[in-house]
Amino acid sequence: MSTATAVLSPRLTAATTGRVLRQLRHDHRTIAMMVLLPSLLLGLLYLLWRDVPAPPGQPGVFDRVGLTMLGVFPFVVMFLVTSIAMLRERTSGTLERLLTTPLSRLDLLLGYGAAFGLAAAVQAVVTVTVATTLYDLDVAGSLWLVVLIAVVDAVLGVALGLLASAFARSEFQAVQFMPVVVLPQFFLCGLLVPREQMAGWLQAVSDVLPLTYAVEALQEVGRSAAETGTMWTDVGVVAGAAVLALALAAATLRRRTS
Amino acid sequence: MTDAVTVTDLVVDRGRRRVLPGLSCTVPAGRVTGLLGPSGSGKTTLMRALVGVQQVRSGTVTVLGEPAGSPGLRSRVGYVTQAPSVYPDLTVRENARHFAALYGRGARAADDALEAVGLTGAAGQLVADLSGGQRGRASLACALVGEPELLVLDEPTVGLDPVLRVELWERFHALAAAGTTLVVSSHVMDEAGRCDRLLLLRQGRLLADSTPAQLRADSGTDDLEESFLRLVRAQQEVDASGQGREHRREERARSGASRGSEQVSRA
Repeated sequence: MSTATAVLSPRLTAATTGRVLRQLRHDHRTIAMMVLLPSLLLGLLYLLWRDVPAPPGQPGVFDRVGLTMLGVFPFVVMFLVTSIAMLRERTSGTLERLLTTPLSRLDLLLGYGAAFGLAAAVQAVVTVTVATTLYDLDVAGSLWLVVLIAVVDAVLGVALGLLASAFARSEFQAVQFMPVVVLPQFFLCGLLVPREQMAGWLQAVSDVLPLTYAVEALQEVGRSAAETGTMWTDVGVVAGAAVLALALAAATLRRRTS
Repeated sequence: MTDAVTVTDLVVDRGRRRVLPGLSCTVPAGRVTGLLGPSGSGKTTLMRALVGVQQVRSGTVTVLGEPAGSPGLRSRVGYVTQAPSVYPDLTVRENARHFAALYGRGARAADDALEAVGLTGAAGQLVADLSGGQRGRASLACALVGEPELLVLDEPTVGLDPVLRVELWERFHALAAAGTTLVVSSHVMDEAGRCDRLLLLRQGRLLADSTPAQLRADSGTDDLEESFLRLVRAQQEVDASGQGREHRREERARSGASRGSEQVSRA
């Protein structure tokens, strides 16, 4: 009868994933925003740069920026959604209750990661389809790699969101972690200023920020038809950062509280 | 009769306040034990210690033969917090099925638990759309679904109409008859009479460990609320005279009188 709680149980992880997706299913507006907003925003960028001539011999600005935004959107959206969702678990008492059940902390966190990773996959497929058909986004490599990188970025967003929620006491605080976590990564990822042109110390900071690698991976897929080693290394770095953030988030989940 | 829970010299601080200053008590197996006392007396803190989510300063809590909060206990102990802790954005049935899955049970167990709390008719509704009482019962169903050996319920009948309250108490006794140990907190003294055993707490101290019948006999009144008040007053007199001795001996009589009148709190 008494079964000791395993560190990780695929069954309980899946139960958590199913539960989070069911919560999402009841929230139609959130689903609509998750699926459509990136495409609409990308459309705005498309219109913004449509009539700006590209420098000779270089890809258009939209091809360069639009593609990397496919990695930035899921990262930002999933970070926000997850940090709020986890904060609600903490404040509503459901987290405390979950921790009295056989569910392990890792089951809970991986369950969240899988649920929002799946949501991100749907988002990415829609956005990539819209971008390449309606907005003529030019990608040299496989579109499935773009989707894969978008999903890995989303999981990184989930992991950092889970971690950030531990430091937020209120929803007001939680949403303000978004600019703290996201904007520096966005400024320094090489999109606004090429990394080679940054001051040395800024480049060093950029080197340890995971979004830098996500953006580089997408740029590799954008310009090379064949899969490059750099791209796979970048994907590995982003995935590793996500695992590290999940481990730290697990450490912040305490069964016993005062 | 064996004990399902043994608490020994439990000391718990919350913030800078000492909530439990060294509590010892036992909970008999297969019975409904009522945890009664005014708000702030440490009932919730004790319950959190039983289910292993409370940081404790010292002392031991043994539940079903294992230290409270042990991994092995998580499928054997059910906990219902005072505020309903269910997902408002899921239906009642989805909530029950989720917790059923966590305890390794199927959809059938979830449906049974909903029936037990009288929520079968509302199974398809979102918890957010339920009344406060229904929400509380949904939360209870999510603990019943695991068929735990020890069920810890923090004020489960708050906001329920009298008919439902009676039904739930019948359910508690049916569970106890089947071997489940229940710890039920309440600050309503008319519920005390429904318990097999009573633990009366005040300011983190055990004022009485008794049965309703014994309590009535000891205090010489049929009214349990009155019995409790008499116990409180007697305790206050002991406290007051003790303090007077420790501090200013000459002021003993006066301080005793004033403390006594200030601190008579209704249960």
